[in-house]
Amino acid sequence: MATQPWSDETRLGHLGDAVAAPGAPGRLGDILYQLRGNKATMAGALIIALVVLGALIGPFLTPYGPYEIDLAQESAPPSLSHPFGTDQYGQDVLTRVLVAARLDLLIALSAVTISMVLGVLLGAVSGFLGRRVDEAIMRSQDVVQAFPRFVFAMAIAWALGAGVLTVIVATAAVNVPGYARLMRNLMLSVKESQFALAATAVGNSRLRLLWRHLLPNCMAPIIVVSTLQCGWAILEAAGLSFIGLGVQVPRAEWGVMISMGLQDFLQGHWWIYTFPGLAIAFTVLGFNLLGDGLQDILDPRRRRA
Amino acid sequence: MRLGAYALRRLLLVVPVLLAALFLTFALTRIVPGNPIDRVTGPYVSEERRAELKEEAYLDRPFYEQFALYTRDLLSGDMGTSYTTAQAVTKDIRERFPASFELVTYAMLVAVGIAVPLGILSALKRDTWIDQVARVVSVAGVSMPIFWLGLILLYVFFYYLGWLPGPVGRTGSLVETPDTTTGILTLDALLKGDPGAFWDAVKALILPVATLAFVAMAPIARLTRSSMAEVLESDYVRTARSLGLPARVVVLHHGLKNALIPILTMIAAVYGYALGGEVLVEIIFAWPGLGNYSYQAILNSDFPAIQGFVLVVTLFYMLIYLVLDLITATLDPRVKY
Repeated sequence: MATQPWSDETRLGHLGDAVAAPGAPGRLGDILYQLRGNKATMAGALIIALVVLGALIGPFLTPYGPYEIDLAQESAPPSLSHPFGTDQYGQDVLTRVLVAARLDLLIALSAVTISMVLGVLLGAVSGFLGRRVDEAIMRSQDVVQAFPRFVFAMAIAWALGAGVLTVIVATAAVNVPGYARLMRNLMLSVKESQFALAATAVGNSRLRLLWRHLLPNCMAPIIVVSTLQCGWAILEAAGLSFIGLGVQVPRAEWGVMISMGLQDFLQGHWWIYTFPGLAIAFTVLGFNLLGDGLQDILDPRRRRA
Repeated sequence: MRLGAYALRRLLLVVPVLLAALFLTFALTRIVPGNPIDRVTGPYVSEERRAELKEEAYLDRPFYEQFALYTRDLLSGDMGTSYTTAQAVTKDIRERFPASFELVTYAMLVAVGIAVPLGILSALKRDTWIDQVARVVSVAGVSMPIFWLGLILLYVFFYYLGWLPGPVGRTGSLVETPDTTTGILTLDALLKGDPGAFWDAVKALILPVATLAFVAMAPIARLTRSSMAEVLESDYVRTARSLGLPARVVVLHHGLKNALIPILTMIAAVYGYALGGEVLVEIIFAWPGLGNYSYQAILNSDFPAIQGFVLVVTLFYMLIYLVLDLITATLDPRVKY
C-alpha cells in the first residue's frame, strides 16, 4: 500500500531494466568512466570521502578533547582558538562535530546494513516463493508502512529505551519495508528472465538458483538505494537523538548537539546548533548526490555513451 | 455506483491493517524493559500505590487479556488517562489535534502549491535557471534536518531580524483561548470577522509552515519534474502538439493529467513524512499540538499518551492515504474498481 519517498519503486522501478541488460555496463571500469562524466556524483563521492577523513583524523588535529570542559570559555562565539565556538560547558564545538561524525556514520551504516539484510531476505523470499508466503510477508510490511515512518521509529525507540543501539534498531526497523518491496519487485522480474530458465535447465537447485543467480542480479539497485538510505538514516537517527530517544546528552552526536543548542536558543548562541546541523546537511547531501549519480549510471536511459 | 463500491472495499481493506497496527502499538508499549508503571512513578512512590496504578492500567493481568481490555475500552472511546496531564487521553488529543492539523495542512498545501508548478516548469524548461533552482531546492530539502532548519529560520526571522514571533506556539501564550469553534485559529478568526486575530494566527504559522513545507516540497518537486519530463516525451503529447493544440492545453490536459498519478502517490508518502517531521517542528516552535504532546509523554514515560498519539496519527495517515487513493481511482481509467 504505502510507498515511501526517496527509497521506493516509484523512483527506482526502472532499475530492474538495468539489471537485466546484458554486457559491460555495471562493470567497475565502466562505472568509473560514467562517474567522471557526472560532476554531481563526483561531488557526492568527494563529500563522503571528506567526512570519513574528518571523522578518522579530524579529532587528532584539534588541541581539545570532545568532552574537555572549560568553564572559562563557556558559550564563546567562533574565534581563532575555537573556530566553531564552544557550547555551554566550554566544550569545543569543532572537535565535537568531528568526533560525532564517527558515531553518526557508525549508526547510519549499521542501521542501513541491518535493514538491507532483513529487507532483501524478506523481499527475495517473498518474490521467489510467491503465493501465500508472498502474501503474508507483504501484508506484514503494509502494517509497518501504515505508520508514519518517524512516528513508528519513536514508538520503537521509546519501547527499547534511549541509547545508541536503540537508534540503530529503530532506524533499521522503519526502513525494512522499502527494501523488501523493492527486492520483491526485482525478484519477480529476474525470476522470469532467460538466464534463470537457463540456470534451472542445466540443473541448478532452487536454492542455488536463488543464491548464486537471482540475488546477485538484483544487487545493483539495492546498492543505490542503500547509498540514499545512509543519508536518511543519519537524519532519522539525529531526529531521535534530538528528542531524547537516542544518543544521550552529553555524548558528541550531531542531533544531541543541536538539542543542546536549542536550550540556549534565546541567548542567541547560534554556533552551538548551526555547525552540527551543517555537518548533517553536508554528509546527507554527499550520500544523496552519490546515490542519485549511481542511479543515473545504472539506468540505461540516462547513461553516457 | 462503481466508485462507491470501490471505496467501500478499499475501506474494508484498511480494517485488518488498522487492527494489526493497533496490536503492534500496544505490544510496543508493553515490551518496555521492567514494568511501564515503574518508569512512570520513579522510585519515590509506595508499593501500594504502584499496585493500584498497575491494576488501573490492567498491567496485573496476562498480556492477551490486557490487549482485549484495551481494545474494548478503545471501542467505547477510552484511551486511558495520561499520567502527565491527569486527563483522559482522548480529551488531550481532541484539544491538541486542531493545532497540529492546521500546521500540517497549511504546510502540505504550500508544499504542493509550490512544488508541482516548480516541477512542471523545470520539466518544460530543462537546464535553464528555473530547472537549476528546482534541483537545488530539492537536493537541499532532502538533505537538511528539519529541526535544524526550523532553528535557523527562527534565528534569522525572529532573533536577528525580529520580523516574526518567536518559539511561543500559536498565540504567544501557553494558555489557549477557550472560545474557539473549530480550533483552527485562522478559520475561527475569519468566522468571527476578526482581522487582528487572523493576522496573529498567520504570523505564528509562517515559520513552522515554511519549515515543514520546505522539506516536504523537495521530493514532490523532484518527482513532478521526472514524471512530467517522461510524459512530455511521449507520442501522444507529440501528436497533440502536432495537431496545433495550444501549449497550455497540451501541458495541463495531456501532460499533467497523465503525470499526476505518481505525483499523488508521492504526495501521500510525503504526508506521512510530514506527520513525523511535525513532531520535531512542534518541539522547536513550542506548538501546542500532538507532536509536543508526544514529546512530553516521552519525557514522562506516559505510555497511555504515547499509545494514543501513535494510534491517532497513524489513523489520520491511513485516512489521507485512502482519500488520495480514491482520487487516483477517479483520475485513472486503468484502475479497476
